[in-house]
Amino acid sequence: MAHDENGMADFELRLKDHAKHLIDSLERGCFGEAVESIQQINQTRDQGLYLEVGRLTRQLHSAIVKLEMDASCNGLKGEASQITDATQRLSYVVEVTERAANRTMDLVEDCAPLVGYINYEAQSLSEDWRCFMRRELTPEQFRELTKRIDSFLGRTTESSDKLSDNLNNILLAQDFQDLTGQVIKRVTQLITEVESSLLELVLMASKVNQFAGISHDQDELRAEHQKNAAASLARGEGPQMRADKREDVVSGQDDVDDLLSSLGF
Amino acid sequence: MRLLEVALDKNMKILIVDDFSTMRRIIKNLLRDLGFTNTAEADDGATALPMLQNGHFDFLVTDWNMPGMTGIELLRAVRADERLKNMPVLMVTAEAKRDQIIEAAQAGVNGYVVKPFTAQVLKEKIEKIFQRVSG
Repeated sequence: MAHDENGMADFELRLKDHAKHLIDSLERGCFGEAVESIQQINQTRDQGLYLEVGRLTRQLHSAIVKLEMDASCNGLKGEASQITDATQRLSYVVEVTERAANRTMDLVEDCAPLVGYINYEAQSLSEDWRCFMRRELTPEQFRELTKRIDSFLGRTTESSDKLSDNLNNILLAQDFQDLTGQVIKRVTQLITEVESSLLELVLMASKVNQFAGISHDQDELRAEHQKNAAASLARGEGPQMRADKREDVVSGQDDVDDLLSSLGF
Repeated sequence: MRLLEVALDKNMKILIVDDFSTMRRIIKNLLRDLGFTNTAEADDGATALPMLQNGHFDFLVTDWNMPGMTGIELLRAVRADERLKNMPVLMVTAEAKRDQIIEAAQAGVNGYVVKPFTAQVLKEKIEKIFQRVSG
């Protein structure tokens, strides 16, 4: 960066020098010298620009190598770049979490009829049991009841084994958290590195703008940004982060209900 | 509340629209727990709209953020369709910006549930929608 500043200072110094000559020649009425000074000013500007573009190209190249967006840059032909790798890793997270969600739901659905049977049969047996306690059953009905109780106890034991098995498997289906956590941490780290590299690129680009005398219409940029924001709102943005600390975002269903009722819903 | 239970037709045909199959499955299971078993699924608005136009559905439950046609676009298409315009629509979505909720209300949504949600909230909103529709 020190080198950049020297370059800039040198550039300015030479421009000032030539400009002084230009005014001087014009005041003295030496137009030939003045035209020569104008040419020298142009040359200085061009040289500065070429130097800066040259340096930018080198820095751009090294930034790209650092980003490893293009695998051919660092002789890793055939191997995935870090960005491709990160994309694959995130797809893996989607895949693993989806598999875990489906596995959990399979197991829950498998449990539902077992619980349903236990609940239904226990209620029905309780009624008959109360009849027995009130001595309302005939010996024949009592024999029938003992058979049903026997079969119920057998099936309940079997079902509770199955239920406890399923609960264990539901627990195990959550093991994705460890794997996806590690993957997401790595990708987050990469994104932070990419961000700082991009920031460097922006700084470099602003240097070139300075040399070439290019300026951007800030209002136009801002208008475009707003247009993009409105479009993304219509497409949907997904879950909002730190919803409880933001004014423009609801923090839960109660907030939604309040907002809708304020609109006359 | 008991009167309401009677008014709710458990046989009504419901279309669930969400791009994630797990979310469709969760909603389908919750609806089944509430007694609604006549459900069909679509993974975005573009698939859902022809189904709605040909399928005699009574109720639409849709996500917002989907590839292809979004839920808000689907809602507008439903309201613009002469035969579908009176269909009750419940939005179940992670979209939580106030502007978006206002937009959905202006587009004619009948209920808005933000994810993550509970079975109880889903039940309440469905009951409220049909209470209003029948009342």
